[in-house]
Amino acid sequence: MTAHESVGTKERRRRRSRVLRRLLRNRAAVVSMAVLAVLGLVAIFADLLAPDDPNKVALVLRLTPPSAEHWLGTDALGRDVLSRVLVATRVDLLASLQAVGIALVVGVPLGIVAGYWGGIGDSLLSRVIDALMMLPPLILAVVVVAILGPGLSNAMLAIAIVIIPSFYRVVRASTQTASSELYIESARASGCTSWRILWRHILPAVAPPLLVQASFSASVVIVAEASLSFLGLGARAPQATWGLMLKEASSNLTTSSYLIYPPAIMVAITILALSLLGDGLRDALGRQTTDGR
Amino acid sequence: MNSRTSNGPTPEPREAAPTLSVRGLTKVYGPRATMLRRNAHRLTAVDAVDLDIAPGTTLGLVGESGAGKSTVGRLVLRLIEPDAGKIDLLGTDIAGLSRGELRRMRAKATMIFQDPYTSLDPRMPIKDSVVEPLLVHGGHSRSERYEKALAMVRRVGLGDAHMERFPYEMSGGQLQRVAIARALITDPSFIVCDEPVAALDVSTQAQVINLLNDLQQERGISYLFISHDLRLVRLIADEVAVMRHGKLLEKGDAVRVFEEPEHEYTRELLAAIPGRSPRSRRFGGLAGCDGETGTADLRQEVA
Repeated sequence: MTAHESVGTKERRRRRSRVLRRLLRNRAAVVSMAVLAVLGLVAIFADLLAPDDPNKVALVLRLTPPSAEHWLGTDALGRDVLSRVLVATRVDLLASLQAVGIALVVGVPLGIVAGYWGGIGDSLLSRVIDALMMLPPLILAVVVVAILGPGLSNAMLAIAIVIIPSFYRVVRASTQTASSELYIESARASGCTSWRILWRHILPAVAPPLLVQASFSASVVIVAEASLSFLGLGARAPQATWGLMLKEASSNLTTSSYLIYPPAIMVAITILALSLLGDGLRDALGRQTTDGR
Repeated sequence: MNSRTSNGPTPEPREAAPTLSVRGLTKVYGPRATMLRRNAHRLTAVDAVDLDIAPGTTLGLVGESGAGKSTVGRLVLRLIEPDAGKIDLLGTDIAGLSRGELRRMRAKATMIFQDPYTSLDPRMPIKDSVVEPLLVHGGHSRSERYEKALAMVRRVGLGDAHMERFPYEMSGGQLQRVAIARALITDPSFIVCDEPVAALDVSTQAQVINLLNDLQQERGISYLFISHDLRLVRLIADEVAVMRHGKLLEKGDAVRVFEEPEHEYTRELLAAIPGRSPRSRRFGGLAGCDGETGTADLRQEVA
């Protein structure tokens, strides 16, 4: 028993490493993973890394250009831009996780149920989702925020509602594909419960495209957060987010153009890394795990 | 759960209570005619089929592609719902079973599919695929389950190392053995074999058929053996039923059907079996065969 269990872990490792190996061969994916890892560490240790209190107002120092003391300068209230951009990393990544998390929790079960059982429930649900998709995303988010009130959490809820349809569609389509596979009928013929079929057979088949969708969506969320905060519908005043920093920078753009670069570059780097990782995942997971041959 | 020895409500008690007794089984595909849709296009896939399978015997269900054979196989296990007819499986009228009861019934009556490459979850190692039926029917500890699975995998002629493999690492013949192990692990009394060797090469076909035969003798399982290949059916079936266009044309003892076929279509099917020597084979040349049968014959030749 122990002998063949150790063989088992080895085999499993071999199979998992196949995907990993393909991912590691993709240089863009490796770089983006490294970038995301650094961003993650920055988010976790933002408090330690920040040279100054991100919310410490020093009106004497307002709008000082980058210097040895303030590497990225100070903003209109004399706050240290480097500290703010580091702390904003944490806020943005958490907000992005929150929106993608909500979209996953809502979109995946709905998509699986609709795709597996079909019927009237599927038709009704798909109509609602289609209607949601027809609305321009930013307008929809603005409406949701208008109803819920401004604030970062509400903005993320709004963005989650905007991206739920794409999750629903991806999951529903791959569930439909998987459901017509013979091994699903074989599972039914062996007496598996629907719950087990969905959990152990359908969900693993749906996971690869879902992972790709999630990484693309995370980048969409970063941009959406920036847009909503820029419009004053996302994060509010003292809080540091990239979107809010862009908004504040834009009012002093003519005199202090250096303010616009840190948040803009962070947003650009993050969405680039997430999209490239999504591409890499898509290629690495490819046919291999969906087909198994 | 009724075992097949208990006397269920069988409509026509012949000898022992049959493992499977089917009367007037019908399945129609396509939209029903409604007020808005009068002449809807409907296809009667299975048309009033009667079948009986005695305990420990094999019924070979033969016919060309599209004859409704596989549909019958799925209907008798209620994997798809019949439109009419009565199905007594292991002494129970399965039309009246709740979902849970039907699910429990699947431990005793299950199915082996045509294509072993797709009938096993590609993401599951073999041991988990084999164990799964035991797991879902409960009543065994984890180590008991894996012990039984290992014994079953050995019984079907595979080694311990295969337990850890994934389906894409194995050949079709090995995978079909895995599918057989998976079907047998709950000790069923009835198995629908839907073209179980059609996807395998000829040398492996005989091995798998022999395995099915041996297991039947060991365990007294009944098979509904669906195939378009009469040579295989001759190897395994005790009785034969011939289907075409959803209708049952002829059924009876296998030897009798092969020696003295009653129906013209059965004779055509038999004549289409390739001869032992290539010289005795002939294409077409059947008296009164229409174009459609011609293609069916060719298919037989190719297979």
